[in-house]
Amino acid sequence: MITIDIDKKLLGSMGEMPLHVGISIENKSFVALSGQSGSGKTTLLRILAGLERAKGKIVVDDEIWLDEKTFLPPQKRGIGFVFQDYALFPNMSVLENLLFVKKDLTLAKHLLEMTELESLQERKPMTLSGGQKQRVSLCRAMMNRPKLLLMDEPLSALDPLMRNKLQHEILMLHKEFGTTTVMVSHDPSEIYRLSNRVIVLAQGKVVSDGDAKSVLLKTQGSQKFSFEGELLDIIKVDVIFIAIIAIGQQLVEVVLDASEAEVLHVGQSVRVSTKAFSPVISAKK
Amino acid sequence: MFEIFSNIEFTPFLLSFKLAFVTTLILFCVSLPLAWALSQSRSRFKPIFEAITALPIVLPPSVLGFYILYALSFNSPVGAFLDEYFGVKLVFNFAGLVVASCFYSLPFMVQPLQSGFEGLSKSMLEASYISGKGKIKTMLKVALPNIKPSLMTAVIVTFAHTVGEFGVVLMVGGSIPNETKVASVAIYEMVEIMDYTSAHIYSAIMVGISFLVLMSVYIFNGKHNKYIGGVS
Repeated sequence: MITIDIDKKLLGSMGEMPLHVGISIENKSFVALSGQSGSGKTTLLRILAGLERAKGKIVVDDEIWLDEKTFLPPQKRGIGFVFQDYALFPNMSVLENLLFVKKDLTLAKHLLEMTELESLQERKPMTLSGGQKQRVSLCRAMMNRPKLLLMDEPLSALDPLMRNKLQHEILMLHKEFGTTTVMVSHDPSEIYRLSNRVIVLAQGKVVSDGDAKSVLLKTQGSQKFSFEGELLDIIKVDVIFIAIIAIGQQLVEVVLDASEAEVLHVGQSVRVSTKAFSPVISAKK
Repeated sequence: MFEIFSNIEFTPFLLSFKLAFVTTLILFCVSLPLAWALSQSRSRFKPIFEAITALPIVLPPSVLGFYILYALSFNSPVGAFLDEYFGVKLVFNFAGLVVASCFYSLPFMVQPLQSGFEGLSKSMLEASYISGKGKIKTMLKVALPNIKPSLMTAVIVTFAHTVGEFGVVLMVGGSIPNETKVASVAIYEMVEIMDYTSAHIYSAIMVGISFLVLMSVYIFNGKHNKYIGGVS
């Protein structure tokens, strides 16, 4: 069990912002931290890692990591951390990167085998693709069999196919090692697939805490579909208007009437929802 | 035509290189922790230390030479202390030259190392801390091997700069043959006694060596950058 109750003043784009988080995390759970940029997610993760100081208390099982008198440095916390920019050691080969953490060749080989990196073990990080680098980083983080694994947007720099593969591997490692995991992520499908609890931060406070379904599903009442997107353009066609909206990577057209077109403006964030139809789902060719 | 070379005394060159080698070695050991500490420091007092380290770049060598000469002589507490307790005299001998050169060339070792360390990815160093490694191990195993171009620049420029120093050396060491008469001082004396032939030969050798040294630094750094740029 990890009990966190911390306070820290952050300097955000809107001036000073207090970060105040009080949560407890069950052992072996997989927590996703979400929220807009500047909400304090990364800072919270770094405080957990001991990379930044804060007031308050962090207790992991019976060990005090932080209170008024104690500050356990990152070296002594026995954690794993996966950085967004991989943070591999360029002067060492893949295998050496792992062994730098702990001279445990059996574990290193096992991890490389699980993530299909065996054939690359002698390569230097510079010669690997982004996905391969992040897998090495993940393996390296597991090398000291951490009590707590922290990941800061680990997959955000990767393409969707590679994300999928890595999500699968993260889940596999999570199951095998039973590591309590906290991951910062923006991607709802990733959060849904991996986590069993989502904590949403806004302006330094927890605004939502629950399982992925209850936190992330945006539909309300009788709504069948509800999407958030950006209004790119409003085109007048005869007596009606057509709105072009970007939802994720896709563009869609929605018909508007004159009164709707009047109150909306281009560049606005909008929600597109629909009630009375039954969608057809078919496999992508 | 080779008989003019037979009259040339090469001891000043050997002395210059010996001085540069010893200075570079000492400065490397001193500057490594200093540059690392400066690069990682977020202290308010950091600019003070940075300014002190950089002083020898802007000070006239005569000013630096004067203070070092004064500090090391018997008239100053430092010089008197060294003489009284250790029997060490550091004026007008080779050891004194080494001390003076270390002050003179300090920024040329510290600054490239510091900027190399500052250019490293912060998360890479943090990854090392999280792996349980302390600051010293992180510096030696992670930081230092990843700043090779800066390391190369620091070592070679310090070496070359020490070979090329004149004012400080003359003030602290004088011109004692086989002891403190380095190449630059020898050239100065040749010009003074109007032995232009020897001055030409000495000067040409200095130009040649300096050019080769600098070119090798640029070739090495160019190759290194290309390597990094080509595959990342």
